[in-house]
Amino acid sequence: MPPDMPTEPIRRRIALTDDGPILVHGPIEVVLTDGKTMISDRAVTALCTCLRSSRYPICDTSHRRRVRNVTARGSGSGMDRGGRGC
Amino acid sequence: MLSSTSPRPVTAPALPAPRGPLSSAVLAALRGISAAPHAAEIPPGAVGQADPYGEDLQLALYCCYELHYRGFAGVSDDLEWDPGLLGLRRQLEQVFLAALGADVAGGTDVAAEIGALLVEPVDAAGVSHHLRHAGQLWQLREYVVQRSLYHLKEADPQAWVIPRLSGPAKVALVSVEHDEYGSGNPDRMHARLFADMMTELGLCAEYGAYLDAAQATALAEVNFMSLCGLHRRLRGGLIGQLVTAELTSSPASDRLVRAMRRLGCGPRAIEFYAEHIEADAVHEQLIRHGVIAPLLAAEPELARDVVFGIQASTLLADRFADLLLSRWAQGRTTLRNPLPELSHRR
Repeated sequence: MPPDMPTEPIRRRIALTDDGPILVHGPIEVVLTDGKTMISDRAVTALCTCLRSSRYPICDTSHRRRVRNVTARGSGSGMDRGGRGC
Repeated sequence: MLSSTSPRPVTAPALPAPRGPLSSAVLAALRGISAAPHAAEIPPGAVGQADPYGEDLQLALYCCYELHYRGFAGVSDDLEWDPGLLGLRRQLEQVFLAALGADVAGGTDVAAEIGALLVEPVDAAGVSHHLRHAGQLWQLREYVVQRSLYHLKEADPQAWVIPRLSGPAKVALVSVEHDEYGSGNPDRMHARLFADMMTELGLCAEYGAYLDAAQATALAEVNFMSLCGLHRRLRGGLIGQLVTAELTSSPASDRLVRAMRRLGCGPRAIEFYAEHIEADAVHEQLIRHGVIAPLLAAEPELARDVVFGIQASTLLADRFADLLLSRWAQGRTTLRNPLPELSHRR
């Protein structure tokens, strides 16, 4: 390393959300309880904190509140949007 | 990063068949048969009398917008900025926008709209619910065909909005778009994953190949994205469209993965929706906290447009779902042209 290079450590950003996953910035390696590792090369990975994800430790939005008889949707009709995939 | 496979040749799609006077006028101009139509050359009243969501207007609009993406085979690139076509496009847009404006509730409460999208209805009756539990392979393939007009240009309509944002909202939106475009890996581009899925399902994966087969209800969803993307004035609407797509995608993608497993589809088919379960769980957070929050803090007057974008894209998605589910309930195809290589029912 050249002597004048900054030595400030490169810190990963980890963002907490109020209702769901922890957002980890940067490609990551997650060590699972069985000792196996899982790799995510996304720029940001959402890690499940509610333990309900069927893709644990990756968030699959299973933390969302589930309701019956939806009549109060802001604008929806209770139809889903298919897999809009954006 | 380079793709592991050789690049596919870039080809522009073929022109579609017209569906009425408006699309006929646009297509004649694109073919060079007539000079590009001027507003005065369209039959009097044709635009005003057209069904805003109908086949003719939506195809005409789709063709006008496609000039800004890849164009059409044999059509001059110069027509992208032809004043006659732009003038007609403006008239079509005004009819479409007026109908959407009249058909949604409106308002400025972005938090309430987003809150409604974040609730997961357990008793919903949508396309992905149907496909998960009872869908047949021909129905899944039709769904993929209809959606191909968007997914083969996935993330492109939203890219128009990048220069219209600034600061943190722009940075977060680009993070989402970067992920859509494969995070540097061409083989992981979402449009590429969709093409791979089409191939695995025995469909033609060429860009625009199913334009003639797609219904106006499918085109209208893409047109709404192009409309909001191409007009800086509608940047709030584009963000509303994007948040709707991102917030509703993960659970629906999970159902489609289960549908495909049940139907015995191969791994390359399943990968597109499997990727969207995880990617869109991240995108939801980035859009809500990274885009919407700073955007509305900087430009609070955009709240009405964001709400409009959410409501209008929801309306169009519901219309699309209604069409598919009602046709399928009658055992009928949803495509304008049946799939040639498919026995209709399996």
